[in-house]
Amino acid sequence: MSKRFEAYPYVWRLPLLIWQGLFFVGPLILMVAMSFWLVRNYRMEPDFVLKNWDRMLGRDYFWNAYWVTLWRATLAGVLASLIAFPASYALAFRVSETTRRWAIFFLIVPFFTSYLVRVYAWQVLLAESGPINAVLGFGGLGPFTMLNSGFGAMVGYMTLVLPLVVILQTFSLAAIDRNLIEAAWNLGASPRETLFQVILPAARIGLILGATFAFILSFGDFVSPFYLGGSKPPTLSILIIDTTKSGQQWPRAAVVAIMMIATLFVAAFAAVGAAYGRRK
Amino acid sequence: MRPSDIAFRLYLVALFTFVFLPILTSMVFSLNSDRFPTVPLGEVTTHWYETAFSRPEVWTAFGNSLIVAVCAAALSTTLGFVTAYTDFRYGFRFKPAYLALALLPPTIPLVIMGLAMLAWLGRLGISGTLPGIIVAHTVMGAPFAMAICRLRLSQMDPALEAAAWNLGASQWRAMRAVVIPFCLPALISAYCLTAAVSFDEFIVAWFVSGLNKTVPVMILEILQGNVDPQINAIGTVVFLTSMALVIIAQLLILRKTNA
Repeated sequence: MSKRFEAYPYVWRLPLLIWQGLFFVGPLILMVAMSFWLVRNYRMEPDFVLKNWDRMLGRDYFWNAYWVTLWRATLAGVLASLIAFPASYALAFRVSETTRRWAIFFLIVPFFTSYLVRVYAWQVLLAESGPINAVLGFGGLGPFTMLNSGFGAMVGYMTLVLPLVVILQTFSLAAIDRNLIEAAWNLGASPRETLFQVILPAARIGLILGATFAFILSFGDFVSPFYLGGSKPPTLSILIIDTTKSGQQWPRAAVVAIMMIATLFVAAFAAVGAAYGRRK
Repeated sequence: MRPSDIAFRLYLVALFTFVFLPILTSMVFSLNSDRFPTVPLGEVTTHWYETAFSRPEVWTAFGNSLIVAVCAAALSTTLGFVTAYTDFRYGFRFKPAYLALALLPPTIPLVIMGLAMLAWLGRLGISGTLPGIIVAHTVMGAPFAMAICRLRLSQMDPALEAAAWNLGASQWRAMRAVVIPFCLPALISAYCLTAAVSFDEFIVAWFVSGLNKTVPVMILEILQGNVDPQINAIGTVVFLTSMALVIIAQLLILRKTNA
């Protein structure tokens, strides 16, 4: 401790603390404080009342939105994992190294395309008189109503999360020691037993992470439930936007936001526990 | 080839079709003459591009997006690099908390970030301005930039920097002559990726932009109206811009692993 003060380390350490403190932690703390404020004559006034919490948590429409959002996000996590798994399995075990690398590259691409434009494209594709119904019509099927429904919203969620889930699953499957799988075969395990008793446990972390990310992203998304799900019933994110944009009721929107963050925290901790916790 | 291999390949094709169908659709319909998208397609036309880009507000929005992306990417990359270097070189008390602060922002849903930013930037008096959007996008971009720079730094032998000191270079000189040149590909690729992220981000930008709309915010507002193929035209241009940035970044990442 006798060394003289050195500026060098702090030049690298402080920018993040200052910036994220000022523009990340600050806004979040203000949001928590705001949830106890009051709106009078369309202006927020600092206060400490529980009125906003009462108003939101005492209403059915909040809890309806809460359960719809939770249910849909859970479903999206499960569905995305199930749909992605055969593809990830194929990419990890059944194709060449080069194919896998290109596949991963093409799965990263959508991440950088406008999600909004993709959802608009689905709106066009899934419309009553749209191309998909036209194609189904040739086969004598439909037309189906696919927009403004839970189905529409789910298509949107899958568009958002599938590439990421496939990437995470593929990495964790490809990392499994091949000797482990061969050992299972040599010991006479059926393909089914190999899958459930060797491959799935070994890839556990990636599988759980994939499902968790799908859950988190779907839970917070507002575009799919709004433009493809028809916003009826509203999800929590739609509730926040409605409350903020039309009602000027920022404090109540803050209550919804805090409930969302709390839920995501619980989900994330549960997932990390399940992924890294003791193995059976 | 086993029959199951064929089944797996078909499955992969189906999955990639699902992922790329909306992207291709929007490109195809941006060149299609019919206002209401139907099968079979109409004639090929550049009409929607002409209509969209003859509107001055589209150009303004592109200008805004460009300014925001250029500035936010520069700030994110700087912030990401200094943080990655701190993590690479120093151990200190509360480091886990420090790293959590660095990596947490992407886990907060964008709608919530938007609400919190709207209230906070309003207090600071920069809500509804381009600097406000830049600030928000920097918070969101910095973790990605940090991850990319950290990855590159982990490929650097720590002895390299120490060797420079032993040869008489000051810490600053070693940073300038050794660390930064080594990280240059990562810095450029982080810049491109954070620019692409900023160029596409619309939820937080929508909350805080006010009248200074960026391109995706404008798309969002057109979307709330009617079916309008101009969205496909604008979207395709945005897509090609982001793709160019991502491909540059990808090439640099690939090159750096070979180097």
